[in-house]
Amino acid sequence: MSWGVNWKASVGLLGVGIKYLAVTMLVPLVVAVVYGEDVWVFLVSLALVAGIGFAVERVDPDPDLGPREALLFVSLAWLAAAVIGTVPYLLAGYGTASTVGLQTGSFGAFSESIINALFESMSGFTTTGATVLGEISTDRHSHALLMWRQLTQWLGGMGIIVLMIAILPEVAVNGAQLMESEAPGPELQKLTPRIAETARALWLIYFGFTVVYIAILYGLHLGGMAPNMDLYNAVAHGFTTLPTGGFSPEADSIAAFSAAVQWVVIPFMLVAGVNFALFWHVLRGEAEVMLENAEFRAYAGALAVVTAVLAVLLFRGAAPPIELGGATEGVTENALRQAAFQIGSLLNSTGYATADFAQWDTHAQVLLLFAMFIGGSAGSTGGGVKVVRWLIVGKTIRRELFTTAHPDVVRPVRLGGNVVDEDAIRGIMVFTLLYVVLFALSAVFIALDTARIGIQLSVLESISASLATIGNIGPGFGRLGPFGSYEFFSNASKLLMIFLMWVGRLEIVPVLAVFISAIDSR
Amino acid sequence: MHVVIVGAGEVGTSIAASLAPDHEVVVVDVDPDRAEQLKYELDVLTIAGDGTTAGIQTAADVGDADMVIACTDDDRTNLVTCGTAKTLGDAFTIARVKSTEYLRTWEDTRGAFGVDFMVCTDLLTAQNIVRVIGLPAAIDVDPFASGLVQMAEFEISAESPVAGQTVSEADRFESLTFVGIFRNGEMIIPRGDTDIGAGDRAVVIGSPESVQSFANDVAPETTPDRADEIVIVGGSEIGYQTARLLEERDFTPRLIERDPGRARTLAEDLPNTVVMEHDATDTEFLSREHVDEADIVVTALGSDEQNLLVSVLAKRLGVDRVIAVVDSPDYVTVFEEIGIDIAINPRTVTAEEITRFTYESIAENIAVLENDQAEVLELELTEGSRFAGRSIAELVEETDVRFVIGAITRDHALVTPRGDTVLEPGDHVVLLVDSDSVSEIASMA
Repeated sequence: MSWGVNWKASVGLLGVGIKYLAVTMLVPLVVAVVYGEDVWVFLVSLALVAGIGFAVERVDPDPDLGPREALLFVSLAWLAAAVIGTVPYLLAGYGTASTVGLQTGSFGAFSESIINALFESMSGFTTTGATVLGEISTDRHSHALLMWRQLTQWLGGMGIIVLMIAILPEVAVNGAQLMESEAPGPELQKLTPRIAETARALWLIYFGFTVVYIAILYGLHLGGMAPNMDLYNAVAHGFTTLPTGGFSPEADSIAAFSAAVQWVVIPFMLVAGVNFALFWHVLRGEAEVMLENAEFRAYAGALAVVTAVLAVLLFRGAAPPIELGGATEGVTENALRQAAFQIGSLLNSTGYATADFAQWDTHAQVLLLFAMFIGGSAGSTGGGVKVVRWLIVGKTIRRELFTTAHPDVVRPVRLGGNVVDEDAIRGIMVFTLLYVVLFALSAVFIALDTARIGIQLSVLESISASLATIGNIGPGFGRLGPFGSYEFFSNASKLLMIFLMWVGRLEIVPVLAVFISAIDSR
Repeated sequence: MHVVIVGAGEVGTSIAASLAPDHEVVVVDVDPDRAEQLKYELDVLTIAGDGTTAGIQTAADVGDADMVIACTDDDRTNLVTCGTAKTLGDAFTIARVKSTEYLRTWEDTRGAFGVDFMVCTDLLTAQNIVRVIGLPAAIDVDPFASGLVQMAEFEISAESPVAGQTVSEADRFESLTFVGIFRNGEMIIPRGDTDIGAGDRAVVIGSPESVQSFANDVAPETTPDRADEIVIVGGSEIGYQTARLLEERDFTPRLIERDPGRARTLAEDLPNTVVMEHDATDTEFLSREHVDEADIVVTALGSDEQNLLVSVLAKRLGVDRVIAVVDSPDYVTVFEEIGIDIAINPRTVTAEEITRFTYESIAENIAVLENDQAEVLELELTEGSRFAGRSIAELVEETDVRFVIGAITRDHALVTPRGDTVLEPGDHVVLLVDSDSVSEIASMA
C-alpha cells in the first residue's frame, strides 16, 4: 500500500477537461464575429488549449482515480482552468496597454502581466469577481474578451467538476468522490441514484434559471424599462448572477442600469445563494422540503434581518449622496433597494454593486463586512463559510457550554430535526477554524506586503482584501470598493489572493489535504 | 373456539390458563419437557415441536383452528408461525413481538407476515407505564389508531375545576372531542351547552397530548404537569418507548443510560429527553443530579436486581412515586411489598392484552364502557363504505343511531372531526356508539 498519489491518473483526466474547456471558447468567438472584432485571439486560444488538452490527456489515457487522486484532480482542475483561462487575456492584450495582456518588454512587466491574467482568470472561475482589469469598458477591451470573462464565472458557478460529471462518462465513474470534494457545503446530497444524473439535474436547474433571467432582463429592455440592458448585457449579466460571480462588462456594475433592472437582479442573486438541490425538490412538487429546510430558513432570516438594519441605516443617512446610487437619506425606495441589493450581493458572495459602498459610513461598512462572513448555503453557487456551518458551529458551542455544567448529559447536535454526525461536526469546526486562521494571516500578510511597496492600507481594506478573495466575494472596501481594482497590489499579494480564491472555492480542505498528504508521505 | 398457542413460556401459559376453561386449547412448544409438564398443569392438549413448521401445525389442527396465538420469546419465530398458519387455514393470527420496527411494518402494510393482530410487548409495557404516570385520574384509558388517538374516561369529582362548566367551556383543546357523559348510569350525548356536574363520568377522545392536558384540568392535584420531573433509569427498549410516549404528551423526561453507544442512540432518537450517560446505581451521581427531587422515577434496567436496587435507592432519596419494570412475574409482589409504588411485568401485560383481545371482538379494536352501555370502536373505512364521501353532519342527519365521532386519522395523521369534515376511504374513525347499535354502525363502515 502506498501513501503516495498516482498523479499521472489525475493529470491524465485533467487533459479531458481542458479539451472540453477549449470548446467553450466558441462563445466569445461568436461574439467576436457578431461585433466584427478580431477573431484570431479566440481561434488561436481555442487551438492552443485543445492542443494542450490532447497532450496532457496522453499522460494517462485510461485514468483510474482513488480518493487521493480525486482530491488532487479536483484541486488541479480548478488551477488548470484558471491557467487555461489566461490564454485569451494574454493574447487579446498582447502589445496593448491592457493590464492583463502579455507584456514582453522586461521580465518584471512580463511576470506581472501573467500574474494579472491569472488573477483575473482565477477570480472568474472561482466566481470571486475581484478584478485587476483596470479600465472596464468595451472601448478598451473587445466585446468578446469581456464575454469570456463573464463566461468563466458561469462555468465555475455550478462547478466545473459537476459539469464534467454531468457530460463526460469517463469522469462520472468517480463522480461521487469528485463532487464531494468540489460541492460547496459540508456534505454531498445525492438526488438520484446515479451521480451523473444528479449533476445533470443541478446543471439543468442552473441553466434554466439563467435562461429565464436573461429573458426577463432583455424583456425589460424591449419593454423600454432598461435602456442600457441590451442583449449583450443581458447575456453577460446572466452569466454572472446565478453563479454569484459579480463580473460586469460595465464599469459601473449594476449601477449602470435602471432601478427596474436592479429590482430584478436582487431575487436572482438571492436564488443563487440557495441550495440548488432544494429547487430540485420544488420542481418535483415537494415545496415543503425547501420551506422546512433549516439552512434555507436561517439564510432567509439572516438576509431579512441584515437588509432591514442596513435599510434603516441608509434611510438615516449612512451613505453620502453620491453620484452612483443616489441619495438614500429619507428616501424609502432607494434605501430599501440599496440595502437589499448590497446585502443580496455581498452576503452570498456575488459582488455586484449599485452604489459605491466604499464611501458609506464605517458603521454601514462594518455591517456589510459582517454579511460577507455569512456566505451562501451549502449546495448553492455562493462562497464563504456557508450558513449551515455557522448554524452547526453555534449549536455545537452551545452544546459544549451546556455539557460543561452537566458532564453526564448526552446531547447530539440537531439541525432541522436531523442529528448531525460527530465526524461532520469535527470537519466543520476544523474548516471554520482554518478559514478564520487563513483569512486572518492573509490579512496581515497583505497589509505588510502592501506597506512594503509604499501603500498604507486601512484595517478595513486589509481585512476586506483577504475576506473578499477567500470568500469568493470580489469587492472590498476603500480602494478595493465595487468600482475599485486590485491592480495596485504587489505580485506577492496577488499570488496569495489567487491561492485564497482557489482554496476558498474548493473550501480549503481538498487543496490542503493534497499538500499535507504529499508532505507526510515523504 | 379452537385455539392454538405456540410458545409455552410465561405469556403462553398465562393465556392458555385463562382460555382453557371456555375454549379448546392446543399448546405447542419446542421443549418436550415443558410440553409434558404443561399437560398436567392445565387442561390443554400439548404438542412438542417447532411451531413454525406445517407438520407440527397440522398436528395441532391449525387448518380448522379459529385462532392461532404465536407468543414465543423470538419475534421471527412468531411471525413465521403466523405466516405458516395463514397458508394452512384462515385462523385469526396473533403475534407477540418485541421489535417496534416489526410493529411499524405491520401497521403500515396491513396483513404483513400473515399477522391479523400484533402485540408489541415493550411498547405495550411503556404505554402502561405512561398511563400510570400521566393519567392516574382516569378510570379507563385505551389507545387507538396505533397510538395516535387516545380514549380516556374520567370521573368528575366535586373539587374538579371542570365540575359546573359546560362542555364547550371545558373543551379548550383543538384536537379533543367529548364523546359521551355518563350520569346516574345513563349515557348523554354531549352538546356544547351540556353541563358537566360532579359525579359525572366524561369520555373524551383526542390526541394523547390533548387528553393529557384535559386530565390536568380535570384533576390538577394528581395529574403531573410539564413542570414535574420524570426520571427514567435504563435505556432498554421499554425505557426508550416510555420516554418517547412521554415526549408525545409534552413532558421532558430525563433518561439515565450507562452504555455510551446506547446513550448516544437514545439522545439522537429522543429530541426532548435529556439523556445522561452514567451508572444509575451511583448514589453520588443521583444526588448531584438532584434525582431525589424527581416526582416520578421509572426503573427499566436490564435485570430485576438492578431495578430493585435503583428503586429502593430512589425511594430512600425521597422520590414521590417509583415505578419499576419487573421481568419475573414472581417478583411483582415482592417489589410492591417493600414499598415500590407500582411494579409492571411486561409478560403479564402482554398476556392480559392478548386475552382481552380474544374475549372481545375479533374484527375491530374496541373499548367497552360502563358495563357495556357504549363502546368505542375504531373502523377503517373501505372503498364501498357508506361513510366515505359524506360529511359528519350529513351522517348524523341520515342515521338515527346514537354515535359520536371522536377522532379521525388519515395517512397516520390526526384529523379533528368537525361537522363539515368529509370522510374518505382509508380513514380510521374512532367513534363512541350505543352498545345496541354496534353491529349496525360496523356494517355501515
